[in-house]
Amino acid sequence: MRNIRKCAALIMVLLLVCLMTTGCHGSRDLKGFSIPSEFDMTRDYEITFWAKNDTNKTQTDIYKQAIADFMELYPNITVNLRLYTDYSRIYNDVITNIATKTTPNVCITYPDHIATYLTSDNCVVPLDNLFADAKYGLGGSELRFDSPSQEEIIPQFLSECTIGGQHYAIPYMRSTEALYINKDFVEALGYAIPDVVTWDFIWEVSDAAAAKDEEGNYLLNGQKVMIPFIYKSTDNMMIQMLRQKNAGYSTDAGEILIFNDETKDILETVAEHTATGAFSTFKISSYPANFLNAGQCVFAIDSTAGATWMGSDAPLCDIAEDKLVQFETEVRMIPQFDPENPKMISQGPSVCVFNKDDPQEVLASWLFAQYLLTNEVQIAYSGTEGYVPVTSKAQNSAEYQDYLSRAGEDNNLYYEVKLEAAQLLLANTGNTFVTPVFNGSASLRNAAGQLIEDTVKGVKRNKEINEAFFEKLYLDATSLYRLDQIEAGASGSGKAQFGPLPTTSVVLLASLAGTWVLIGLYAMTTMLRKRKTVR
Amino acid sequence: MKKILAIVLALVLMFSMTALAAEAKGEGVMTYAEYAAAALDSEVTIEAYVQAKQSWWDNKATIYAADEEGGYFIYNLTCTEEDYAKMVPGTKIKVTGYKIAWAGEIEVDGSDAKFEILEGSYIAEPIDATALLAAENLIDYQNQLVAFKGMTVEACNDKGDAFQYSWDGSGEAGTDADLYFNASVDGKTYTFVIEYYMCDANGVYGAETEAYKAVQALKVGDKIDMTGFLYWYEGAQPHIASVVPAV
Repeated sequence: MRNIRKCAALIMVLLLVCLMTTGCHGSRDLKGFSIPSEFDMTRDYEITFWAKNDTNKTQTDIYKQAIADFMELYPNITVNLRLYTDYSRIYNDVITNIATKTTPNVCITYPDHIATYLTSDNCVVPLDNLFADAKYGLGGSELRFDSPSQEEIIPQFLSECTIGGQHYAIPYMRSTEALYINKDFVEALGYAIPDVVTWDFIWEVSDAAAAKDEEGNYLLNGQKVMIPFIYKSTDNMMIQMLRQKNAGYSTDAGEILIFNDETKDILETVAEHTATGAFSTFKISSYPANFLNAGQCVFAIDSTAGATWMGSDAPLCDIAEDKLVQFETEVRMIPQFDPENPKMISQGPSVCVFNKDDPQEVLASWLFAQYLLTNEVQIAYSGTEGYVPVTSKAQNSAEYQDYLSRAGEDNNLYYEVKLEAAQLLLANTGNTFVTPVFNGSASLRNAAGQLIEDTVKGVKRNKEINEAFFEKLYLDATSLYRLDQIEAGASGSGKAQFGPLPTTSVVLLASLAGTWVLIGLYAMTTMLRKRKTVR
Repeated sequence: MKKILAIVLALVLMFSMTALAAEAKGEGVMTYAEYAAAALDSEVTIEAYVQAKQSWWDNKATIYAADEEGGYFIYNLTCTEEDYAKMVPGTKIKVTGYKIAWAGEIEVDGSDAKFEILEGSYIAEPIDATALLAAENLIDYQNQLVAFKGMTVEACNDKGDAFQYSWDGSGEAGTDADLYFNASVDGKTYTFVIEYYMCDANGVYGAETEAYKAVQALKVGDKIDMTGFLYWYEGAQPHIASVVPAV
């Protein structure tokens, strides 16, 4: 009888364990990662790296070179590259692959996205212990390459990879947004470009640039097309304007604050200058660079990582040669409300490591991820666009300083506009900020941009921009991006956000439990019968 | 007298056909001519037939559509996957949305458009646009199903490749990269694109489509016939649906 009780107790414990491990959505029984004491070099590893390039062949080539160089150092690690040109596709594919336990090993990503990945337990490897590991951590003794120490990663950029107090990524490249200006146009309108452009200045000049003659030709360029001010990323536009005004966006814990009076003021201003023909967006019109280079735009705001597209001599161009016009390009920080206290967003890709059953495979992944921080990779990749390296080790290197000093030597590697864009971020790293990261922060970001896009569309479609318009706009954004379902405090730590299990899951789990009980009873009965037979 | 009678009869026939075409449209629905004349950012209502579509993603579908008079591009139409599945080539749809232009491409903004699936079926015959490639009025055929015949494949980069993944070769096989290739006629070279996410008649997209495979097999100097949709991005950028050896 005692034996039966013991068996029953054992089965109950097993059942409880089963329930506990299956009770988390998306969980695939991954244990938390523990760093192996030694990296097993006698084994072969095959890891996948999902990367994003800005549709830029040089970036692709640099990834490939980095992989080749890394594999020369670690011949037992094969790195398979999968390229994307769109962060949202990576995000979507990772989400799909979490469910099937086929995530990549290393992935270029944004912290906003990681916050969602983290809703699956132990899916993404927390990196703090790896950073500090004496052998394989940052600057570790057993590394076969010259890795930066943790202190050599620009602290501001590293802190952007923190979620819930832990680092879940390392920064890979950083950029901000820049204002690219057709200087000739501004001067033709009778203005001089200030060192720091204000929002008042940009609206005033843009309105002036929208003047037409009786035949509908723009006075400034004599063409039928002119969009004086185009913004590429309207989510950034809203986020930065709110931050500059010290207005609400969200709390660190994920409370949504965006629907406030300052937001309405911003949208009313956007509406006003859309109505004058002074303003449009990438989503509504096209790439700012195309209009700028065709002499159909005065002010274009785009990432510093888009600098190679900006200007008459830009190395990359999407418009026909006969449409290109010659003009002088000026680069400034984005417009400010308070020029004495500038604020601009910090953005750019980060790298996360996905957890796997095999800790050695994870360690191999970490080694590759860390390799992306070496000077060779950092300096080469940052030179493809107006990116800046994320380590002081790379930024202060003689090679990088030489690169910066050669602005304008050619219209390719040393393209002046690109180097000015990079210098802009280097000079203003202390003025950058990021938005809070939580499960749902990616949706809030999208909603921020949608408010501007829908306002511009509303004006173009002759809708009245009034209280009713804003009320509907806010309701639509809340509904579309499910902002009312974001739980404050959901910092990506997993289960808390999910709420109660759906009925189907409860039924499934109950069935599983029942099955285990029946299996247990059958096993016990068989065992007892066998014992009886033996006796 | 006979000549006058013939002209009158021809005119009557022409007006009858026009009237019939117009009658085929539902109430409040624009003819293609009315749609073409409508101002940008104005609301339009069209009835057209699905000719091809891009893969459904994030509750959106991009549709290449046509009626007997012209072509339409409906961008990011908000729809369920179930409705998307119903929109096979030939399916008649009614769409009410805003007419917009993006980088020169005239399209219906599907993000806030209303649509319904109607009875009826029609597959457009491609218009031979080979001779129009260099013409000023090529844009008049925007979004229509067109054919380019007897084109010669030209190198698309300095390496002499017949095609490349992504516009600058930054993509790779096995990814979702579009294919870009050049072909010439009458001494002028033009760029064509295989959109990775454009589906064939069976709903298959990407590297599994015959068109994608055909371009991957191209060699410089090949003579080819193509059909596709006359998409526009800062100039003509046909989205090719079929590539076969020139007849």
